[in-house]
Amino acid sequence: MNIIPALVIGFLFGFILQKIGASNPQKIIDMLRLKDFHLMKTILFAIGLSNLLLFTLLLLGIVDVSHLSIKSSYMGVIVGGGIMGLGWAISGFCPGTGLVALGEGRKDALSFVLGGTIGALLLTLVYEKIKDTVLFFDLGGKMTLAVTNVKGSPALFPAISGIFVAGGIGILFIIIAFILPDKK
Amino acid sequence: MKNLIKQQQWSWFISGIVLGLIFIIAVVLVKPIGVSTQFVIFDGVVWNSVQELVIEEAGAESGYSSFNAYINKSGGKYAESIANPLNYSFIFVFAMILGGFTASKLQDKKVKKDEQSLPKVWKDRFGKSPKKRYLASFLGGILVLFGARLAGGCTSGHMMSGMMQTSVSGYLFTLGTFAVAVPAAIILYKGDKI
Repeated sequence: MNIIPALVIGFLFGFILQKIGASNPQKIIDMLRLKDFHLMKTILFAIGLSNLLLFTLLLLGIVDVSHLSIKSSYMGVIVGGGIMGLGWAISGFCPGTGLVALGEGRKDALSFVLGGTIGALLLTLVYEKIKDTVLFFDLGGKMTLAVTNVKGSPALFPAISGIFVAGGIGILFIIIAFILPDKK
Repeated sequence: MKNLIKQQQWSWFISGIVLGLIFIIAVVLVKPIGVSTQFVIFDGVVWNSVQELVIEEAGAESGYSSFNAYINKSGGKYAESIANPLNYSFIFVFAMILGGFTASKLQDKKVKKDEQSLPKVWKDRFGKSPKKRYLASFLGGILVLFGARLAGGCTSGHMMSGMMQTSVSGYLFTLGTFAVAVPAAIILYKGDKI
């Protein structure tokens, strides 16, 4: 049964998002208008650390490659990112943090989540009309920067061992996280 | 440990370590964390309860198919989740809500009541009307989930899980998101009193 890990990991993830301040729209909006880098430092550090750890575990054979899931690159990734970015700036919530904020009892998060169900429904309804447009123009398929050995996922730097590419990025992100100022 | 549980907010350093670890734990035990797909599954479950959206079909890769092209894509894997919603990813998001609830209940300092619906930056710029804020976050929600589904993922799936795996799509998504979100936030909240 997958229910127990879903409950445990989901609970911890929700708990952590609340503790790092990501479910607070004030913190998100202040990050986006470049007034408070606390969350930015957190996210950069987290990505840097998980880059290093994940590729170390892959190298040691501790993580099963089949557990990875690389998403495709296409035009809609950038355009959709932009549309999400606008909604993110207006509301201060993203899909996950909005749900956590709802759990905290935030009333504006309830209207966000309701809006979210409408937004997801709209995409479901228009997908057939837009699926053959430039929005789904391929931009490299399931490509990664570092070698992962995931089937069907080519690496941008196939000649270099994955740990060096991912490790280099990881260290760079961690350095940036330390350099950015903490408070406004 | 007790202190960390009751603390209202962690330092960026502790936050970064713990956030990074949970993404690693998820991928070691099950699969990378993602959230926005479940909004589609939720819609599908509701839709399916008023009109038959998903049918069992032996020919489909997942054993399920739908007349809706989006629900039907990738061999009907969304259709399968809608037919059997008690799966890992769907339970995961409900557990997240519970995690947020628990964290806020255990913390020392309670958030002021009006800040529970009106962020200060919003109030300073757009005034005290909660209705205006609810409408804005409703519209924000429409944009966020429409955009995230068009992109095939959100902040967790693309930005965190994606960049963790050095996926190019994660970088493209982050680029698109910040390119719009940063100027939008600066312009929208320009007139505040900070």
